[in-house]
Amino acid sequence: MKGTMIIDGKKVEFDGEKNVLEVVRKAGIELPTFCFHSELSVYGACRMCIVEDKYGKILTSCSTIPKDGMEIYTQTPRLLRYRRNILELLLANHDRDCTTCEKTGACTLQDLAVKFGIKNIRFGSLSEKEPVDDSSLAIVRNPNKCILCGDCVRMCEEIQGVGALSFAYRGSEMKVATAFDKPIAETHCIDCGQCRAICPTGAIAIKNETDKFWNLVFDKNKRVVAQIAPAVRVALGEEFGLEPGDITIGKIVAALKKMGVDEVYDTAFGADMTVVEEGREFIERLSEGKNLPLFTSCCPGWVKFAENRFPDMLDNISTCKSPQQMFGSVIREYYKEKDREEGKETVVVSIMPCTAKKAEAAREEFKVDGVRDVELVITTQELAMLIKEAGIVFDELEEESFDMPFGLASGAGVIFGSTGGVAEAVVTSLLEDKPDNMDKEVLFKDVRGLENIKEASFNIGGKEIKVAVVHGLKNAEKLINSIKSGEKEYHLVEVMACPGGCIAGGGQPIPMTKEIREKRAKGLYRLDKSSYVKSSEENPAIKYLFENMLKDNHELLHVHKVEKQTN
Amino acid sequence: MRINSIEEFKRIRDVYRKSLDKQYKKIIVCGGTGCVAGGSIDIYEEFKRIIKEKGILAEVDLEKEAEGVGVKKSGCHGFCEKGPLVRIEPGGYLYIKVKPEDCQEIVEETILNDRPVERLMYRFNGELYRTQESIPFYEKQTRIVLEHCGHLDAESIQEYIANDGYAALVKALEEMTPEQVCKEVLDSNLRGRGGGGYPAGKKWSQVLSYQSDVKYVVCNGDEGDPGAFMDRSIMEGDPHSVIEGMIIAAYATKATEGYIYVRAEYPLAVQRLSKAIEEAREIGLLGENILGTGLSFDIHINKGAGAFVCGEGSALMASIQGERGMPKVKVKRTVEEGLWDKPTVMNNVETFANVRHIISKGADWFKSFGTEGSPGTKAFALSGNVNNTGLIEVPMGSNLREIIFDIGGGIKGGKKFKAVQIGGPSGGCLTEEHLDMPLDFDSLKDVGAMIGSGGMVVMDEDTCMVSVARFFMNFTQNESCGKCIPCREGTKRMLQILDKIIEGKGEMKDLDLLEELADTITNTALCGLGKSAANPVVSSIRYFRDEYIAHIVDKKCPTKTCTKLRVIEIDPELCKGCSKCSRTCPVGAISGKVKEVFKIDQSKCIKCGACMEACPFTAIKEV
Repeated sequence: MKGTMIIDGKKVEFDGEKNVLEVVRKAGIELPTFCFHSELSVYGACRMCIVEDKYGKILTSCSTIPKDGMEIYTQTPRLLRYRRNILELLLANHDRDCTTCEKTGACTLQDLAVKFGIKNIRFGSLSEKEPVDDSSLAIVRNPNKCILCGDCVRMCEEIQGVGALSFAYRGSEMKVATAFDKPIAETHCIDCGQCRAICPTGAIAIKNETDKFWNLVFDKNKRVVAQIAPAVRVALGEEFGLEPGDITIGKIVAALKKMGVDEVYDTAFGADMTVVEEGREFIERLSEGKNLPLFTSCCPGWVKFAENRFPDMLDNISTCKSPQQMFGSVIREYYKEKDREEGKETVVVSIMPCTAKKAEAAREEFKVDGVRDVELVITTQELAMLIKEAGIVFDELEEESFDMPFGLASGAGVIFGSTGGVAEAVVTSLLEDKPDNMDKEVLFKDVRGLENIKEASFNIGGKEIKVAVVHGLKNAEKLINSIKSGEKEYHLVEVMACPGGCIAGGGQPIPMTKEIREKRAKGLYRLDKSSYVKSSEENPAIKYLFENMLKDNHELLHVHKVEKQTN
Repeated sequence: MRINSIEEFKRIRDVYRKSLDKQYKKIIVCGGTGCVAGGSIDIYEEFKRIIKEKGILAEVDLEKEAEGVGVKKSGCHGFCEKGPLVRIEPGGYLYIKVKPEDCQEIVEETILNDRPVERLMYRFNGELYRTQESIPFYEKQTRIVLEHCGHLDAESIQEYIANDGYAALVKALEEMTPEQVCKEVLDSNLRGRGGGGYPAGKKWSQVLSYQSDVKYVVCNGDEGDPGAFMDRSIMEGDPHSVIEGMIIAAYATKATEGYIYVRAEYPLAVQRLSKAIEEAREIGLLGENILGTGLSFDIHINKGAGAFVCGEGSALMASIQGERGMPKVKVKRTVEEGLWDKPTVMNNVETFANVRHIISKGADWFKSFGTEGSPGTKAFALSGNVNNTGLIEVPMGSNLREIIFDIGGGIKGGKKFKAVQIGGPSGGCLTEEHLDMPLDFDSLKDVGAMIGSGGMVVMDEDTCMVSVARFFMNFTQNESCGKCIPCREGTKRMLQILDKIIEGKGEMKDLDLLEELADTITNTALCGLGKSAANPVVSSIRYFRDEYIAHIVDKKCPTKTCTKLRVIEIDPELCKGCSKCSRTCPVGAISGKVKEVFKIDQSKCIKCGACMEACPFTAIKEV
């Protein structure tokens, strides 16, 4: 709809804005909100975004459609009084110990309380302390900090189609809970951490394992080998005042070395391994015509989702490990001899954008003789905390390069972090004529971008290969149902649980808007453009690895069929 | 047996009418929940047994013409204070407070020998009232929506049809287009009887205007207000009137499916509605191709599950859809996107029950009752400290004086009238100064009250208005869904403050805080529950501020209701020092020496009153 509104006496034009909130933003005013998210359904529960019309009626701007000629006010004595009262009511029931809260400085409630200058809370605290749910490997839930905005509920239900969190009980007893109040680890939660990413307070936080990092690094008997996921390098900078998409990999390596990490490698190398191995698997399945379409397996959130909801599709998922896990096994195998000689133990620490990777690394099938291939997973957010705790001044760091022999990765491996990247990398490796930078933009335009379900077809070896790319598991559910019903047919399907792919993982810096996701992805594609090696199998380090250590040792790269994980 | 055309319908109707006439006597036992609780089912069974014993036919199937005495369970007669009620026709005798032991006499005297049993009739101020219509309680009423309650068998579609039931539907199908039906309802200015007062005709016209393959008609039978039982009585006593109203609505708006949402706490209503729907289906008035006219419509019953908030439109629809019963912010209105995002007509039970009258007798007839802004009648549930509690129906615009004193029979025990809570927990209180105000949708708004669904709780001089406000706030707090901050947190804090005041710990700034919170909640809450939650408190502060101040400043409850503010003292003149009180006291607050005057330590006293009951000399009193 088009038209003109009158906001605080001034004319403001609108064209297609979904609600008055967006139009008011155009007028240069940011109305406070807790429960509004442009990607989730309108909830209208916090009542903070209220505006007043010329008749004195109070409206919530998030749920009001702009109409031509509408006249509203954003600052009136009543509005200010109501907003303050609502904040005061929220704060009265909230755990106000901000100094020990992980979210301090990034908390919406704290931010608004400061903005509105709430100095006096006239109500005492009422509720008893609710227990903290620490059962998950990925997140921690503290209901005492919850403001019942419902963002996590809607995210888990509407975007991920999982619904592990919902509202229980009524009125002032209402709380966000799992079914039957089970510890979240016992539910269908897939550990994706999107709930944490969208939570405005500290009610849902990443499982903080930074102390484990220090323990490993301070242990003289441990050789700490780090691998850094692609998505981390285009987002970490945001914690240090840089733009999303700014590439900070050189500084990350330098910081890790400063903190005592022995060797630093690139998970994109692991991704290259995955491309080669999964490519082989794909060709095999194509020739046999069995278990098609092939679904990617690098996303642990997706794998858990499939185990819970589509167990009959498990045979379609690639038996290849994820890049993190492949790399973990390869690194440990590589250092076996050296470890014996030096009397040390190699432990792999992976720096990931993803909270589900914490759960993945703990799975039984990724242990050898009870020892985890990837000992510890640190998310981007935790890495930022570590750097800050160590007092390292980020912009003064001088860039360093990865170590060898695993520090060289192709651009294809780097784009794994973005939705469509895995499909692009696999297809690139299978093409006879490798496309150059310009060709790639045209050839792969249908798998790139933030559209929910993407489809493309490629000519590989004379055959038409149909590829689907999906992100956000609600979309994955739709896609799978369309495959099952026979409506759609594909050979290869890439699934990423997080909307936008790993660049928007549950462990990345927040908030994450559509613009931020696009910028981060652009950073990855930029890296691809400027990389020396374009296709995974052309990576000389990969060639060396496959011709030597992995010559008869392919099993290192595959998952043995395991029953559905129960924690 | 299925009726396949309008002609067939008219033929069958005549058969039913003739059969009904063959019942030379009718015993109509009240089968509303109130009288059922008083034992009316036993009375009904007893009548049947006695009649059969006499060799007379007691169960008359109207499809067969046979002579007999009709023994029926009807809907709520309305005079609940005097139940169980039995009405005898012809003659219109009303027997009150009937017991199963009385049935024999009633059959012998009235059924077989046409003699009234005067000891079972209503007496007031020395006068004996033989017929129901002459009783003041009934004389002043205009029972239109409730016309069948107390007269027809609530479980017989045949009787309903014989008494012009479904005639309105036939008229609509035969003589009117959907647009004309909408127009008639619009012209009648029938306003939503659930409390919203929105013109039903406008709603219907809007739904008709939206194109959709599926449209819904939803009947809101949740009636959660404490003290309201109008909709219950209509659903129990005249379920077909609701169904007929819904089918007419479906025809008028081209809707395809209907839902009646009944609260789970009304099992009898669910039972009667289910039976009625089944009967209607069997006979062909619900389902495919109704009466051969091409109209297809069916109704499902959805039971609530104990949430007052599910009486709110969007929460009700969420509940039907299987979601958590929480109201939703309406981006688009229900008429455009309602149940499952389809155009939906949602109306209250009483609103639907009015429809057949409007279609049969016309908009002008309907407007001849009530006021211009609020035509028609309204059913009210009268309860509290009145002599005649029960279910009444009066024209809109009647005033409180008529209702409470003429119909209600005045305040029980001859006490003084103090206030009447109207509209339940969403309504405000009206006081002596409002006794002559007309009751309709618009005039009440100006004084901070609303008709609401029609519950009226009358209070006498011994009622503590602060306690009443606290009672309703407690109810609202329990029933709040918890979604929006002002209602969830705000009402809790208001309740906290009211509890403080009632316990004698209130401060004057609490009164200001109550008003401030009330203002915030009323203006920012998401749904009607929150928006009206503060009404009882605000209106009681407005009209009874001095009572609040007494609780806060004097730490006294003027009506001696609030137990925490009681002051119990031993009268030194009457105390004989027997020590019984100090031995009874559970907290050891009384001390003294035998044969000397005992004393209560006020700081220890928990105001339980056990000493007062124990004292053999009634020396202990509340002061």
